[in-house]
Amino acid sequence: MKVLLCISHVPDTTSKIRFTDNDTAFDKTDIQYIIGPHEELALTRLLEVKEAIGGMTITVVNVGLKETEPTIRKALAVGADDAIRVEADPTDALFVAKQIAEVYKQGNYDLVVTGKETIDYNGAQVGEMIAELLDLPSVTSTSHFDIKDGKAQLEREIDGGKEVIEVDFPFVATSGKGFALEPRIPNMRGIMQARRKPLAVVQAVNQEIKTKTNQFYLPEVKGACTFVDAENVEELVRLLHEEAKVL
Amino acid sequence: MSVLTYTENWDGKFKKSTYELLSYANEIAKKAGTELIALTIGEVDNEELKSLGNYGASKVLVVKNEKLNDFIAKSYSSAISQVAQAQDAKFVIFANNVSGRALAARTSVKLDGGFVPGVMQLPSSIEPFVVRKKAYSGKAFADFELNSDIKVLSLNQNSFKIIEDAKEIAIEEASVEIKDTDLGAKPQSVEKASGKLLITEAETLVSAGRGLKGPENWGMVEEMAEILGGTTCCSRPVADLEWRPHEEHVGQTGKVVAPNLYIAIGISGAIQHLAGVNSSKVMVAINTDEEAPFFEAADYGIIGDAFKVVPKLNEALKKFKAG
Ligand SMILES: Cc1cc2nc3c(=O)[nH]c(=O)nc-3n(C[C@H](O)[C@H](O)[C@H](O)COP(=O)(O)OP(=O)(O)OC[C@H]3O[C@@H](n4cnc5c(N)ncnc54)[C@H](O)[C@@H]3O)c2cc1C
Repeated sequence: MKVLLCISHVPDTTSKIRFTDNDTAFDKTDIQYIIGPHEELALTRLLEVKEAIGGMTITVVNVGLKETEPTIRKALAVGADDAIRVEADPTDALFVAKQIAEVYKQGNYDLVVTGKETIDYNGAQVGEMIAELLDLPSVTSTSHFDIKDGKAQLEREIDGGKEVIEVDFPFVATSGKGFALEPRIPNMRGIMQARRKPLAVVQAVNQEIKTKTNQFYLPEVKGACTFVDAENVEELVRLLHEEAKVL
Repeated sequence: MSVLTYTENWDGKFKKSTYELLSYANEIAKKAGTELIALTIGEVDNEELKSLGNYGASKVLVVKNEKLNDFIAKSYSSAISQVAQAQDAKFVIFANNVSGRALAARTSVKLDGGFVPGVMQLPSSIEPFVVRKKAYSGKAFADFELNSDIKVLSLNQNSFKIIEDAKEIAIEEASVEIKDTDLGAKPQSVEKASGKLLITEAETLVSAGRGLKGPENWGMVEEMAEILGGTTCCSRPVADLEWRPHEEHVGQTGKVVAPNLYIAIGISGAIQHLAGVNSSKVMVAINTDEEAPFFEAADYGIIGDAFKVVPKLNEALKKFKAG
């Protein structure tokens, strides 16, 4: 079983977000980068399944410039077998999906896994786009993932509940809440091994760019909090009704 | 030319978010000087279909095909794309919920269109087409320019108000061809909290965190949600500890919500939590710790023990609701 896991290289979740160049570009100063949290959980679960069934290779792929290699190495240290970096600035979701579809075609994979969404652009679209480009079935927001007797057994989130779903290989799954609980942390041995694991760099293929970001904005600064005495909850009800007008 | 909206139905019924979606799409249709068409898949009775005409749709197309009995992104997006082509749709607009997002991404590829997911307001300009969405998981916003002929959008829930615009609506069936290769996935069983208001649709959310100590203490949280006609949600550790179901987790790695009123009880206000809730119109925090970061984001705060404050607040709310 060959699995292609798509990882994003994103600002740590505690990052304070700032922009530069008149708010047209993300300010990378002092930003720590991480593997997207959804993909980190996906890798964790894939490793658990691999340990249970054996005979699986996990290739991580990232579309990015050289700066993403420490993030890719971290995935190798956690336990992925090898890695591919597509040399390009990931400008738009379709562009990224097209690159990954190309990698898929070169590699005879049985399964593509992506995170449900990246935490920078929050597009939640790359997985489905890859599936569409490759004419594959897909399972979105997968909340449970297992392979038993060669069959994929998944659970997916639907609006207001969840659903058990069977799907034929090859397919694309996007990992959502519940895929794994705690991300696996690399140990010393993993970090040493990661240095020697293969990381191939491939050139990007052409794809017309259909969307671009012009301008970023930060949310308006909120006014100060109005405190209400704990003994006087009626006052809060009054404020919510008369001042905030939400009751 | 037309604007097409995919109006999903839940067991033959539409929701508030359906009408938000139509209202939004109707404004785009007006700006683009064209008609608004709704599309739904499966059985819906005529009364319900007619309700779509109240928000600007001049036509609703109903697709009935037994291959579409189960929701499968591949087959559904194939059906939607076929209809979009037949109607010469220049805009195809979805709700940004779990199914809508998946369908929009696939449909955009099929139609060779560009896609902006999770838009939250009307475009600031049509030519070029520029529209705003959240970025960095709610910590910022970004203006996206879409330069394709066919434009696909998904609209965030609770971010656009419902606008009535009554039209005489035509109800028609549309036929599509679904190939067996469009299936490939087979849903087996469904588990649904029936009748429960969706977190992403609720106008009032009562949310609680680890400060509540254990799942046995959620009675007062549920009671407050009930009094206010809202629903409950929670911080991530609460879902991870399985005190509450996973679908209640809000925040950067959970659901992003935008209710009118968000009440946070025993939630510290970590940056990852706030990212998912800071579009709420009004936020209230109840916390024993006056230094809790939530107080910096909240509009109203009570420093106090939830176990004392919440029951009292529930009584006061009940009294208020009773008039
Ligand atoms: C990659 C990543 C992603 C994350 N994503 C999310 C996310 O999407 N959503 C999310 O919520 N978190 C997320 N987190 C976790 C986040 O950092 C915080 O740990 C979490 O939000 C804290 O939850 P909490 O406020 O319920 O618990 P705590 O931080 O333990 O806070 C409990 C609060 O309750 C108060 N309290 C205690 N007793 C009482 C009482 N009797 N009455 C009133 N108040 C009381 C305390 O003063 C405290 O402020 C993420 C973390 C990481 C690393």
